[in-house]
Amino acid sequence: MNKQDTSTLNPSDRQTVKFYQTGTFTVGNRLLDEEFRTVQATTERSNSLDSGHRACQGCGQALGARYALDAAMRATDNKIIAANATGCLEVFTTPYPETAWSIPWVHSLFGNVAAVASGIAAALKSKGDTTTRVIAQGGDGGTTDIGFGCLSGMFDRNDDVLYICYDNGGYMNTGVQRSSATPPAARTATTMPVGDNPGSSFNTGKYLPTIAMAHEIPYVATASVHDLHDLERKVEKAMTFRGARYIHINVPCPLGWGSQPAFTIKLSRMGVECGLVPLFEAENGQLTDSTKIRYRIPVEEYLKLQRRFAHVLKPHNTHQLDAIRAIAESNIKRFNLL
Amino acid sequence: MLRQISGSIAVAEAIALCRPEVVPCYPITPQTHIVEHISTLVKSGQLKNCSYENVESEFASMSFCIGASAAGSRTYTATASQGILFMMEAVYNASGLSLPIVMTLGNRAIGAPINIWNDHSDAMSVRDAGWIQLFVESNQQALDVHIQAFKLAEALSLPVMVNMDGFILTHAITRVDMPTQEQVDQFLPPFVARQKLDTDAPLSIGAMVGPDAFTEVRYLAHHKQKEALAIIEQQAAEFQEIFGRDSGGLIKSYYAEQSEIVFVAMGSVVGTMQELVEELRAEGHSVGILSLRSFRPFPGNAISKALSNAKQAIIFEKSFAVGMGGVLASEIHMATVSNDLKISSVIGGLGGRTITKKSLGKIVECAMHGELDKEVFLDLEGTTVVKELRRQQEGQSSGPVAENILRDMGVVSASKTL
Repeated sequence: MNKQDTSTLNPSDRQTVKFYQTGTFTVGNRLLDEEFRTVQATTERSNSLDSGHRACQGCGQALGARYALDAAMRATDNKIIAANATGCLEVFTTPYPETAWSIPWVHSLFGNVAAVASGIAAALKSKGDTTTRVIAQGGDGGTTDIGFGCLSGMFDRNDDVLYICYDNGGYMNTGVQRSSATPPAARTATTMPVGDNPGSSFNTGKYLPTIAMAHEIPYVATASVHDLHDLERKVEKAMTFRGARYIHINVPCPLGWGSQPAFTIKLSRMGVECGLVPLFEAENGQLTDSTKIRYRIPVEEYLKLQRRFAHVLKPHNTHQLDAIRAIAESNIKRFNLL
Repeated sequence: MLRQISGSIAVAEAIALCRPEVVPCYPITPQTHIVEHISTLVKSGQLKNCSYENVESEFASMSFCIGASAAGSRTYTATASQGILFMMEAVYNASGLSLPIVMTLGNRAIGAPINIWNDHSDAMSVRDAGWIQLFVESNQQALDVHIQAFKLAEALSLPVMVNMDGFILTHAITRVDMPTQEQVDQFLPPFVARQKLDTDAPLSIGAMVGPDAFTEVRYLAHHKQKEALAIIEQQAAEFQEIFGRDSGGLIKSYYAEQSEIVFVAMGSVVGTMQELVEELRAEGHSVGILSLRSFRPFPGNAISKALSNAKQAIIFEKSFAVGMGGVLASEIHMATVSNDLKISSVIGGLGGRTITKKSLGKIVECAMHGELDKEVFLDLEGTTVVKELRRQQEGQSSGPVAENILRDMGVVSASKTL
């Protein structure tokens, strides 16, 4: 770790010992037994999403997608077809005539990826192909807003598709507008920090993991890109089920969040540790497991590293901060995070 | 085998003979009986190796088709009217991605005012979407053209839409000659995809294309449609050889080349026109019909040639571009600029209004006397229109147009008058 990195460390971090290589609570690959290492540590990795794509520095989605897809490839003996919604992941991976995908991949529209994936699954079914599996992926806008109807239909029919949502809390590809996954108070281009209730309104938005659970599909999980082992494990587990499965991955976006690219992993972890990003699993609509918060941090520690929440920390906005604290408390109770 | 069945059932059974592998559907009148019947064929095991899915919207239905077709399956669905509007984004996407999906459009009006009956507004709303659009005159043709549609779609790797008039054809019970599985198998080989999502040969479909290549990609779509002109004719000939029937093709002429006055039309109205034309010709009048069986690609040259001896063309359409007029009329105008031809546009049959032989006869009579206007709305109730226009001039709050007109026509109880 060089001096520059040390200077940016948050003094309130209770973690004083940094593990080798990753700078997070995650233990670096080379310190682990081989069986616990990430997919990326092996030379046989599939590199489903290859290097050379156009993602921003510090993109949480690129990281999440690479690990999720590689884990899925490993779980299915490299038999994965992926469908992608329009959005950052689609744009930065496939500028014509290049592609970063080394798996069969299709992009159709913004709001239909779940139905496209269902169609692929139906085609495999009619051909009697039980080994090839289908993944649909989209951002939070493509999932919780414009693609919600198709996704709900896919859940309803229990189509054999794993849907992965990369949630960065807004329409970052079109210039950071609010989605129904934008957290309350967050500044976006359509919810500017002006007026009495600056940023995105409280008591709005929807949390898709619990909506997915309400469909009573076989498997629902949430993950965050600071804990890639957990992400890989959940993807692998999802592939052991047949039917509709849903994984919601929290992916920091330096551009949309107004955060340093170097803080992507840190923010991903802090979101979980302050209670705003619950990590859990559910089967057939029932919560089966949740990741306990190891070192709980105050939400403001998490908020202050993001420019989109700058106004929340102003003295006259304590009502907003209190409301966000209440959301964290509610998550902790609801998902049993302590 | 001769059967006495509805157009929808005939089409459903023809689709089954084509061995589709994936059929998603969403109900909308008047195509619903087609997908209902396919559902029964799949569930009862009569149609094997087919995934049938009742999805949550037309948008999902076409998206489902896109996924299935991209995964290398022969794919079919059907819709109508509002349905094709709701799936519009995916309709363009399917052709943009060059996926050989076959879809029936049970032609129906588009609202508001909501109307479930037949016209061609839905077909015309997707005229620029890059799909091949075929029209049929009868249920026998509907059945036959669907079989040709798969072969055409797969030869070109382009989606094909078969337009059949809602109710007039879909719900009409007529005699049809149902081909055998052997005949269809002889005509239609198994589907080999031009592009396919395959784990053994991974490829990316649906990349972002910028200004550097977009023109070329779009031009190629146009080029492929032009290629289709020859293939449609060739496949209709092949079809005739195996099935012994003249179905499909680009155009069908009924005395068009040897007539002074020629109706140009698409779909079932050609049947009514045929009766009228036979009568008129028996009386010694020089009247013919040119039926357009392929609307996209637009067979401009064939039309120009078929109308080369005509003096007047009456372009009959069941839809129009509001604020412009007849779409087909203006396209035929373009195709026949070098012909010495007077073109009149007749709009009729909107929202299912019956097109009578008598009304068409009056149109021909006007044409014979050189009195047919450039634009005519068949059987338009002029007094009702004037009454509503006056009401609107009299006050700003004259109320909803559709309800006012229904009241004027006595369709709604007079007690509810404002």
